[in-house]
Amino acid sequence: MVGATRGATEGRPVAIEDDVLVVGGGLAGVTAALAAADTGVRVRLVSHKESTLRQASGVVDALGALDGTLVSDPYEAVERLSDGHPYRTLGADALRSGFDLFDGTVTGYEGSHTDANALVPTHGGTVKPTARYPESVAPGLASDDRPMLLVGFETLPDFDAPRAAAHLERVGVPFAVHGVTLDFPGNLRADAAVTRYADLLDEAVPVDGGRVDARTALVERVKSHLSGAERVGFPALLGHEAHDEVRAELSQRLGADAFEVPMGPPSLPGTRLADQLYAAMDDAGVGIETGNPVVDVTTDGERVTEVTVERTHTAVPYAAEQYVLATGGLVGKGIASNRESVRERVFDCHVPHPADRYDWSVEGAYGDHAFARFGVRIDADGRPLDASEDVEYENLRAAGGVVGGADVAAEKSASGVSLATGFTAGRLAGEEVS
Amino acid sequence: MASVPHITVVGGGSTGTGIARDLAMRGLDVTLVEKGNLTHGTTGRMHGLLHSGGRYAVSDQKSARECVEENYVLREVATHCVEETGGLFVKRPEDAEEYFEEKLQGCRDCDIPVEVLSGAEAREMEPHLAEDVDRAIWVPDAAIDPFRLCVSNALDAERHGARVETHAEVTDVLVEGGEVTGLEVRHDSGPGKRVHGSPGGTERIETDHVVNATGAWAGRIGDLAGVDIEVRPSKGVMTVMNTRQVDTVVNRCRPKGDADIIVPHETACILGTTDEEVSDPEDYPEEGWEVDLMIDELSELVPMLQEARTIRSFWGVRPLYEPPEVGSEDPTDITRDFFLLDHEERDDLPGMTSIVGGKLTTYRLMAESISDHVCAQFGTTTTCRTADEPLPGSEDFTVLADAMKRFGLRSPVARRSSQRLGSRTESVLSRCDPNPVLCPCEAVSRAEVRDAIDQAGTDLNAVRLRTRASMGNCQGGFCSHRIAGELHPTHDEPTVDDALTELVEERWKGERHALWGEQLSQAALKYTLQATTMNRDADPVDDDVDWGAFDAGERSAADGAVTDGGRRDEGSDGGTTGGD
Repeated sequence: MVGATRGATEGRPVAIEDDVLVVGGGLAGVTAALAAADTGVRVRLVSHKESTLRQASGVVDALGALDGTLVSDPYEAVERLSDGHPYRTLGADALRSGFDLFDGTVTGYEGSHTDANALVPTHGGTVKPTARYPESVAPGLASDDRPMLLVGFETLPDFDAPRAAAHLERVGVPFAVHGVTLDFPGNLRADAAVTRYADLLDEAVPVDGGRVDARTALVERVKSHLSGAERVGFPALLGHEAHDEVRAELSQRLGADAFEVPMGPPSLPGTRLADQLYAAMDDAGVGIETGNPVVDVTTDGERVTEVTVERTHTAVPYAAEQYVLATGGLVGKGIASNRESVRERVFDCHVPHPADRYDWSVEGAYGDHAFARFGVRIDADGRPLDASEDVEYENLRAAGGVVGGADVAAEKSASGVSLATGFTAGRLAGEEVS
Repeated sequence: MASVPHITVVGGGSTGTGIARDLAMRGLDVTLVEKGNLTHGTTGRMHGLLHSGGRYAVSDQKSARECVEENYVLREVATHCVEETGGLFVKRPEDAEEYFEEKLQGCRDCDIPVEVLSGAEAREMEPHLAEDVDRAIWVPDAAIDPFRLCVSNALDAERHGARVETHAEVTDVLVEGGEVTGLEVRHDSGPGKRVHGSPGGTERIETDHVVNATGAWAGRIGDLAGVDIEVRPSKGVMTVMNTRQVDTVVNRCRPKGDADIIVPHETACILGTTDEEVSDPEDYPEEGWEVDLMIDELSELVPMLQEARTIRSFWGVRPLYEPPEVGSEDPTDITRDFFLLDHEERDDLPGMTSIVGGKLTTYRLMAESISDHVCAQFGTTTTCRTADEPLPGSEDFTVLADAMKRFGLRSPVARRSSQRLGSRTESVLSRCDPNPVLCPCEAVSRAEVRDAIDQAGTDLNAVRLRTRASMGNCQGGFCSHRIAGELHPTHDEPTVDDALTELVEERWKGERHALWGEQLSQAALKYTLQATTMNRDADPVDDDVDWGAFDAGERSAADGAVTDGGRRDEGSDGGTTGGD
């Protein structure tokens, strides 16, 4: 472990020193920070924006589809992936270790009792394979044969419950399903955020002219539509702070298990997961700084010696023995592009890509797009490789969306790639220091 | 002729819908057939410039005069389709001083109002103009929404009794006794509004006269009738920016050339264009260098375009025509004037007239001219009223402001809705309560989408053209499933799913020309939302799923029920337990 901070030279702020510095605060960055902290070293995580976890649906997938076909066992399917996929580079064990870390960190998630994927109803009306899912989502699984009611709300066009039910039927789910669209209790304006719905339920706010509280009013509205359903799916807004309590009360009073259908951003299950993971980092003694971008890096050619973080227009140097790059891919803006080329934004690591930008995508919105695989390529230790396949920097590892070679959207593997690469990068970075 | 003459107009662009409205207003019995959506051809694929005429003031003064006259007419009768942006012809140091003077004089000769600005004055008006722009001419250019314009014309034609059939392709022109007597039409999904999956069919339309208003496709209708129409289609690229770098139309003041205009349009700017002759109006290359040319050339006028974000590009074909004896080599030399081809006089084939050439700005004048011609043939003496009677939506522009408050729309949404709907605002918005916004980029609410569905059936691209929903930054990433949802349960779920797929694919086609920088990130986000969160790409709807092979939950596992999904193999090498 590094002891004292480095002395300041003229006018230059003192470098903030740690053993491991993680850049990026999504699932990969958090996993890396936790894995590194687990080895007993001093870890800091810096991220530019609010964690992308808050935008994610909250289900944690591993590997759910290959060539457009659903995969039931992700570990078995790893071998069928092409070379250069991070699962192939790091091995199925890394994936398993990543999930072990996740299971040991987070409460309120299910799925660890089996290797098999679960199929979760999506707000678009089909099912999506995933390895872990929140307890709030669990009663909705499609391999469960209990009859289902889906409930949508007039003011929430992201989830059209009758249409989703009709599509699930067409998919051939092994249960009866119907959907209904209702008015949500209370006087929310047409474009209220999902958190406003959750707040009404959290606080059991009086509605309908003060006659009843929001939970009671919701139960009353849903009840007449049950027609024998043993579980009732709502868009993911069943409470925020008190979500367990809200769900339990709705279930008990409906006489059917209330569950949540994962939604697009902003996502309450994603936010709940982010809160848990950030609390876990706190408990593990990880220093956390959000809101400040890394604007520069210093290297000696072989190793990264320092990165510069911009804090309220001041450049502050951060030094560490080991670095983990977890800034995300194209979506998270860890990977940038212009008309000619694609690059990794912080360390300018090599990102393989076709020369002609018209080869970055193909016809067909869900075709086999090269852009979906854009990112740095890593070695078995998680270290980014340059164009000649040599390690870019000895003490730099990469994790999550910034790592390329996987079309995580098509494969339903975004979370698993973050867990596998995050675990590997964090664990090895920590071990090298200690 | 005892009964009311029945006229069939082919082509649902600005000219065709304009003719249908004009003839219907004069009391004729009108049928309009269009093989795609309204605006499917050239009209929906232009930069949205309402010409002041300045562009043609040197090279083609007849066109320039027509443009400025029609410009002022459309400001009155199509108020809700026009944004009065004004326009600038800007001169860089390397552009010829003499041409600037010629342009100025040409505008004055054609009665186009002008004002000469210094470089500094021009930059005061448009702060992002290049520092070295040294002079500019202000002209009354404007931006016009061609979709809204065509839809309003079609709607009003229907109000006057016309029948409008989209997705109805002409498969034959019926000729009997040396005279055109009708058309054979193939309906994509049965007559009326388009509904996915409903059976189509062929219809014979008997008619007293056919008006061929198919623009770049006029030759094809000509072929079916056995006459030669030598349209010379010329393609041009248009690149859509994600925001308005300028609020005034910016033209480069030089004789001719590619990439010389920026048109602010709704929330975007459109960069244009090229001019290159193509042999087939439907099959021509769309290439990246054309997009690059727009950005690189127009950055000389507005430098920030070099790093700015584009959201898509599209190509259109101009329906250029010149009498064969002129024989221009370069399509930029072909006149922008329009030609009425009387096939009786020209080809000894009575019963059909074609209209070719021309441009959107003069669509109404073209419609008037051909309607006069048709009416003369049938002895109808009613005069044209389209220069005076406002289009639906433009009748009373004062109703807007108050209506917005009543419907409780947040102000940017209210403003955008009222701009699109004009005087129809109240009647459209009052139909939905609650009325959530479905497309946040373009501020389109549920009521507007439902109104468009009433007009367009399950064709979500037609809904898009009417409302702009899914045309903003996210290109349908956040809204396409919401828009599709409005079709249900009126239409069944498989139909809705097909309609959604069609919209997503249409958006993708144009967005592919903008995939770098911010827009590539945006496209990756859209892909993530639709594939990761919704699993639209691996939807097992056509597969047999082995439900028992998947996890049915810890509850079921505890009950010893259902799943045989592979148990974790504790003995596998390296499979650690716990997350310590």
